[in-house]
Amino acid sequence: MLAHAIFFYIFSIIAVISAIMVTASKNTVHSVFFLILDFISISCLFIMIGAEFIGMIMLIVYVGAVAVLFLFVVMMLNVAQQKNQWFLSKSSSGHIPIGLIISAVIFFELIIVVGGWKYKPNLVNLTTSSSTDKITNTHSLGQVLYTDYIHIFQISGMILLVAMIGAIVLTFRQRDGVKKQSYLKQISRERSEGVEVLEVPSNKGVKIDD
Amino acid sequence: MEYLGVIIQEVYKILFLLIPVLVSVAMIVWLDRRVWAFVQKRQGPNVVGPFGLLQSLADALKYIFKEIIIPASSNKVIFILAPIITMTLALIAWAVIPFSESQVLANINVGILYIFAVSSLGVYGIIMGGWASNSKYPFLGSIRSAAQMVSYEVSIGIIIINVLLCVGSLNLNDIVIAQQNMWFIIPLFPMFVIFFISALAETNRPPFDLPEAEAELVAGYQTEYSGMMYAMFWLGEYANILLMCALGSILFLGGWLSPLDLYPFNLIPGAIWLILKILLLFLLFALVKAIVPRYRYDQLMRLGWKIFLPFSLIYVVLTASYLFYFNLLPTI
Repeated sequence: MLAHAIFFYIFSIIAVISAIMVTASKNTVHSVFFLILDFISISCLFIMIGAEFIGMIMLIVYVGAVAVLFLFVVMMLNVAQQKNQWFLSKSSSGHIPIGLIISAVIFFELIIVVGGWKYKPNLVNLTTSSSTDKITNTHSLGQVLYTDYIHIFQISGMILLVAMIGAIVLTFRQRDGVKKQSYLKQISRERSEGVEVLEVPSNKGVKIDD
Repeated sequence: MEYLGVIIQEVYKILFLLIPVLVSVAMIVWLDRRVWAFVQKRQGPNVVGPFGLLQSLADALKYIFKEIIIPASSNKVIFILAPIITMTLALIAWAVIPFSESQVLANINVGILYIFAVSSLGVYGIIMGGWASNSKYPFLGSIRSAAQMVSYEVSIGIIIINVLLCVGSLNLNDIVIAQQNMWFIIPLFPMFVIFFISALAETNRPPFDLPEAEAELVAGYQTEYSGMMYAMFWLGEYANILLMCALGSILFLGGWLSPLDLYPFNLIPGAIWLILKILLLFLLFALVKAIVPRYRYDQLMRLGWKIFLPFSLIYVVLTASYLFYFNLLPTI
């Protein structure tokens, strides 16, 4: 158990420090890298409590896809150069009370959930999860997700799909005058229609491209 | 004290895995260049050692003794970290590759997800290298590479789902054992082809080597790197290619199983079979590099999102319906 405790403290210290550094670091790209480090150490903690499936999915989804897009956006927008003016400007100080209110609400929600869990053990019914040693947690997760919670699972999938299509619809612009390449046309082009041999009369030239 | 013994034993095992992987990476580079040369009717590296076998060693020596140049306006920490991350991620994925039923460093339940996660992390080495160089070509190369790798991961993920439907477990050894009667390349042949092409794109191999397309981007994200740091990118890239070949042979070619379960084939240990299968796949990788011209960027994106993704999704539905209809779904 000693090694377990040592690893737990290593990962949780890294997680907490990198979470602080996400907000504290001056360079925006650095804070995204700290966010990635945070995700990785959180997924290590998941693996340590035996939830290896969730840990791996966390790595694949958050680190492998979501954080790449974060990094993409931050690098493309070049936010790093704008940050100083933004923090010093008057317009940003108006956000501070709102941020404080939101963080207070989140804090109280967490206290209610954790406190209720601690002092009233049957607040959340945990009996449906049958964790035996024979079944891996991927199997047991699937058994719960695709039987008891199938509707919620499907609905959340549909919501994600709608959000994805909505984002495409909102940003899609049909522009006129843009030359589009048709692969079928390019491949099916023959020499006979692409090349023409012309006798060029002297001092007159030929008219190409009409 | 007991921990010390465990640690020493594990370190011994890890070295026993890592050193062969690194040596084979060096050899595979030589093989790649030789195959490339033979297709183009050249000789390739044939001077250092017998058949030029020691060429990679000579190259490595050259890289070690070259000066490491760090650009003045680069972000130094991330610049140095990038090749280290590429190399480390390419090597840690080997921990779960089974060389036989018992010869595996970490026989974890979610082995396939682990490999998938580590290979999706591989993009960070490239992005970090490109961004930290603080120069236009590396940055463009790394942005291209990020988009490319994220796109092709999606289709690889869905191909893996196809295989998992037939197996019913995420453990790599279980995947191999499930192929005892028939390798998955036979029922899932279209998926194997798509996996192979996606693996080419995932490892930035030609014809999908747009992140380092020298005609447009000098050398992409590697432009500012020199000496040992460049060599680490290069080693990481080839270790990733070998890993993808290993993954392909485990998912579709039966891993460490022998092709025929008969007397003379049974005697050969599973590790040899796995290595032969990896080499076969790598030979295909090398031939593709020599034969096929480079894709254009929009063609690459179109292939990933509009062809591979819908096709592999349809194949998931087909596989699932087939297994369900004939009552072949694996039980726990």
